[in-house]
Amino acid sequence: MAKESLRGEYGKTLLRIGRDNKNIVVLDADLAKSTKTLTFGKEVAERFIDMGLSEQDMISTAAGISLTGKTVFASTFCVFLIGRVYDQVRQSVCYNNANVKLVGTHSGLGVGEDGATHQMLEDIALLRPLPNMRVIVPADATETARAVEYAAENDGPFFIRLTRGNLEKIYDSNYKFELGRASVIKPGRDITLFAIGAMVEKALEAAKVLAQESIDAAVINVSTVKPLDKDTIMDAARKTRAVITIEDHSVYGGLGSAIAEFLSQNHPTKMKIIGVEGVFGRSGSAADLYSHFKLTAHRVVDEARKLIS
Amino acid sequence: MNKTELNRLTGIAREIRILIIKMLAEAGSGHPGGSLSIADILSYLYFKEMRIDPQNPEMQDRDRFLLSKGHAAPALYAALALRGFFPVEDLFSLRKIHSHLQGHPHHIDTPGVEASTGSLGQGLSMAGGMVIGCKLSQSEANIFSIIGDGEAQEGQIWEAAMTAGFRGLANLCVFLDYNDLQIDGRVSKIKDIYPVKEKWQAFRWHVLEIDGHNLEEIETAVDSFKSEKEKPTMVIARTTKGKGVSFMEDGVDWHGVAPNREEAEKALKELSNG
Repeated sequence: MAKESLRGEYGKTLLRIGRDNKNIVVLDADLAKSTKTLTFGKEVAERFIDMGLSEQDMISTAAGISLTGKTVFASTFCVFLIGRVYDQVRQSVCYNNANVKLVGTHSGLGVGEDGATHQMLEDIALLRPLPNMRVIVPADATETARAVEYAAENDGPFFIRLTRGNLEKIYDSNYKFELGRASVIKPGRDITLFAIGAMVEKALEAAKVLAQESIDAAVINVSTVKPLDKDTIMDAARKTRAVITIEDHSVYGGLGSAIAEFLSQNHPTKMKIIGVEGVFGRSGSAADLYSHFKLTAHRVVDEARKLIS
Repeated sequence: MNKTELNRLTGIAREIRILIIKMLAEAGSGHPGGSLSIADILSYLYFKEMRIDPQNPEMQDRDRFLLSKGHAAPALYAALALRGFFPVEDLFSLRKIHSHLQGHPHHIDTPGVEASTGSLGQGLSMAGGMVIGCKLSQSEANIFSIIGDGEAQEGQIWEAAMTAGFRGLANLCVFLDYNDLQIDGRVSKIKDIYPVKEKWQAFRWHVLEIDGHNLEEIETAVDSFKSEKEKPTMVIARTTKGKGVSFMEDGVDWHGVAPNREEAEKALKELSNG
């Protein structure tokens, strides 16, 4: 299947929804070419501001602009958008319930060759506890477009976490994104694979391998990590014998933690959390990194066998 | 400024100081020093300068004030209450459970508070953002802010300074509450921010120096800001921390300690006679 660029789609969507909507303002911090906000910036220069390498100032400025009634998108790599400026996100954005949409590109190991300094593996863990913040991790270009549109139309803080590389197309143009609604890509009776972002295609691949062994795996894209779709997760946990979560993020505080927090208190279920095990990433191609840190379909298959044997 | 006007604004500044002492004594905690030092600036902005409407706090095209040094919230709350944004009695619920008056300003809770502040350095960026937002809406509203001298040690202040200077945010008027005291001691001993004027000029700001307790000088500075059309304005306001209460003046120990009953009575007596 064709692979598509999520950040490319982000730039195009911004331009499409923001060209004539004078309420939309876009900020970047010297990475507009990489985050693709420049697609908007080149056409709508009067509502695009490159803040330069001043991420703290960018986040609080975004909050200030939004407090005058604007919808503000602010973008850079996840490591700078969330990690570097956590206090600004907490106080300027969330405490003000400011209408600011943080769209981070280059999340997780998917960054590749730039290495650990640029591979943000802790952003979901940092943002989930923040009041007013919504966290969305799209799994393909179509979902990226829908999530960006949704964030633009709905008041308050959002974080949309994008990966650098291109991902397989999962949804067609009829796909409807709904905040707090996970999407069941494939139903299954034996085990549930919950995945986000670039890991959704790994889960689908794993489900195919498991099918050959007569293990029927459900694949669910939990693109809204916060607020979590508790109904769909409960339903899947009840219908299958075990669950596995897969994310290009630390095993601490991300999707796996969110689901474990919910299931352990409501429907204790056999579970395996697959992610980066509390270590820094390193340089290498994204594919090599996923192999090295065992974020692969093969690993998912192994863990599935162990859980339901 | 004529004498009647001067007397009126001086009286309001005194009223703000009295309320600061009363509410802090009632709260049992809070920041008197840095609140007392900005009372005159707030008196001028809220009772002479800003285009605001307490009956309609969200009025379109209003001028806005952001207290970047959010710990001086008692001064802001006193000014807002006296101006009619909420009842003066509310002030005595400061810092108590169920009060809308948080220890540091909260935009959602309190009418007239334009942005939540308290983590230093962020208010200046938000104020700059408001100028940008207003301009995009073709509004010529003015945005006022006060930063602390200790706060000027925050890196974000200089990011925001560079943005406002470079982008020529001429509708931004910032006062530096330059009292040379921060929690751990003298600003000039801990991490001196001197030279101040040259720094802000180098960041392409229109810079003025005044006595921050002199209402006529405050007026001159604000008039100069309004006639400046290309640069943001920095008013370096020389102030005395704890101004108006002799035993608090220039005393580092009164940064974050509320007066007890006895001390409050003594302070109120001085302020009422002053």
